[in-house]
Amino acid sequence: MKHRVFFWFFLPTGLAMFFFIAMPIISVVSQSIFTPHEAVLKTVKNCDPFGCKEVISIDHEATENLRQEQPFGRFVGLGIYFDRGHLAINEIAGAWSMSDSWTVFFSKLGNLPFYRAMTFTLTFTFVVTPMVIGLGLLIALTVNALHAKIRGLVIFFSLLPFVITPLIGALVLFWMIDSRGILGGALQWLLSDPNLSLKASTGLMWTSLIIYGIWHAAPFAFVIFYAGLQTLPMDQIEAAEIDGATRLQRIRYVVIPHLMPLVTFVALIQLMDNFRVFEPIVGFNAAAHATSLSWFIYNDLGGETRQLSSASASSVLTIVGVAILLIPVLLRTWRDFKSKV
Amino acid sequence: MFLKKLILANVFLAASITGSYACDISARVSIVGNEFPAIQTVGAGAQECSGAEVKTNLTADHQKINVAGMQGTPAEFTVVINNNSVLTTMLNEDLVRPLDDLVAKHGQSLMPNQLITIDGKVMAVAFMANAAHLIYRSDVLEKIGVAPPKTYEELLKAAQMIREQGIMENPVGGAYMAGWNLATEFINMYFGYGGKLYKPGSAELSIQNDQGVDTLNMLKALSQYMNPDFLTHDSNATNAEFRANNVALMNMWGSRAATMVEVDGVSQEVKDGFAIAGPMTVGSGDTSAATLWWDGFSIAKNISDAEAEASFIAMVHAIRPEMITDETEVQAVWLIDGYKPTAAAMGVFDAAGRKTEPYPSLPQQPLLHSALGNELSDFMQGNETAEQALADITAAYVTAAKEKGLLN
Repeated sequence: MKHRVFFWFFLPTGLAMFFFIAMPIISVVSQSIFTPHEAVLKTVKNCDPFGCKEVISIDHEATENLRQEQPFGRFVGLGIYFDRGHLAINEIAGAWSMSDSWTVFFSKLGNLPFYRAMTFTLTFTFVVTPMVIGLGLLIALTVNALHAKIRGLVIFFSLLPFVITPLIGALVLFWMIDSRGILGGALQWLLSDPNLSLKASTGLMWTSLIIYGIWHAAPFAFVIFYAGLQTLPMDQIEAAEIDGATRLQRIRYVVIPHLMPLVTFVALIQLMDNFRVFEPIVGFNAAAHATSLSWFIYNDLGGETRQLSSASASSVLTIVGVAILLIPVLLRTWRDFKSKV
Repeated sequence: MFLKKLILANVFLAASITGSYACDISARVSIVGNEFPAIQTVGAGAQECSGAEVKTNLTADHQKINVAGMQGTPAEFTVVINNNSVLTTMLNEDLVRPLDDLVAKHGQSLMPNQLITIDGKVMAVAFMANAAHLIYRSDVLEKIGVAPPKTYEELLKAAQMIREQGIMENPVGGAYMAGWNLATEFINMYFGYGGKLYKPGSAELSIQNDQGVDTLNMLKALSQYMNPDFLTHDSNATNAEFRANNVALMNMWGSRAATMVEVDGVSQEVKDGFAIAGPMTVGSGDTSAATLWWDGFSIAKNISDAEAEASFIAMVHAIRPEMITDETEVQAVWLIDGYKPTAAAMGVFDAAGRKTEPYPSLPQQPLLHSALGNELSDFMQGNETAEQALADITAAYVTAAKEKGLLN
């Protein structure tokens, strides 16, 4: 393609990417390095049905003047990134110097919101992603082997978890695992432990969230792999059959290599999605046991006082985290690409 | 019976006549607020006005949308239904206007104690009071031969007896859901122990003390008698447990008392045993382990004067003295002229009549509330000591307050 032609083809996409991807990122980064001005406080008399009281209140005129002088707010550089709500540099240094063993250090680390969230997020990501790929492949192979007449119906039902709004799906499961719900109750009965509660134990809550994650995303992997299976080279399969390969060997040496680019694709998308795990945490009311960076953003912006700088810093950290996670997959794709060229 | 109907009909007639007479508006009104029954009544009252559109958006998530919906010019919401806590946020963000001129012009039906003044200016109009207090099952307490608890220590003893006698496995209820609810319970209990949240005259937190530790230990002790899922239970879930005959003792909002046993599916046993009392004290203190709240409304700053006037007229219409009827009088402790306390209001009245702290209206309070909500759950699960939890809360609060410029 000529450069001129390429330019005109790319221009609309390029503009859209600039306005809808680059600009918001620039905005988020700039918001994360500025914080609101120091509030000018004054003492006022506050009267309500329960009596009068002297309280402190914000002097808006004085604060407004500060704001007009410097509309961006106070420049704090990476201060927000390093504070206790995020990377907590000082707290880590303190924990390091005060701990005499790794166990103590890690337990102190687990007490900091960012690292606690990371522990859950990474566990979730690295358990759910491979399970989704495996389960998706299994469903795709099974459906592909079905008789054509019932295939449509089975595909429809297999897709349902992915079609259901994530929050609703999470809520349905949340009610089922309640200690008075059908699954929670059944478990209590099976293990004859009336105090067993899936929601009260961190381990069981993580398990529930992970099961939900797999349940929700497996159909996505299934659809992709099923589409891939329709393009299987039949001559290779037949050749393998003639050579006496078993069904398992055919899958291992013909089908999976054929689907490999799709596996990479699903892995990429799933790594990104799972790192930003959010809906199940809200749906399961799981904030006491499991949090993620996305939940931090929601929490900072959903409180009565919006903490924009903190939320922006969490957003930038999410972008950085996704980038780090994707490096191995991208490197591999790049190597494959180069070896083909 | 006939007489009663006649009186009722007259009341409605009078209400509708004064209503249509008093409430002609000429600009749009848009209301955002919480969703409990009393507020639904007020919202519906405002919608009786004619001449222009009156929209309401009443939802439990009101705190997530009200600031964003009032920051634009013109603001999407012209009226915010607020309380001690929401008003602080509105004042912090400078989103509501002084109402003195509107009160002078249209506020003849309001009583002086309904006006919330900040620095001499009326910034909100209150229409109801609220507080958490004891809700219990009189039949269950009779069975174990115990009087309704006046202190949390008595409540714990009663709970133990109920469990030991096999009446209920987890007889205590509480809205202990991690986040806003749990933070509210902490503040209630901390005030009960006589604690002060801040150093006098500053935004510096002072909860790392004996009262803080006692508070946490009491919350933990109570949770041992709760459904093990307590960290996921908000007011609605806790009430469901009470209605389902699983809970006999709980500290619950007064605004929920009237409708507690009025829903479908509540057994006769629970209906008959349902009873309320004032808030409890704790640790031999004389201050209630509860906070007083008012609910009211404010008018947005970023709207035209015509819209502000229409909004004020509609809201004053919604809380006019004639709105107190047989149906609405039980919904809340109304601060409106002509309201007479019903049996359901007893708990809140008891709270207001005793030494009970109002929920603090301070610029930094919302930040403390979120810090409490996020950091308390670790302690409640037994993962850390009370001292560590209080240190974590303080650290989280300081981080947030520094970012917002409220602390150096």
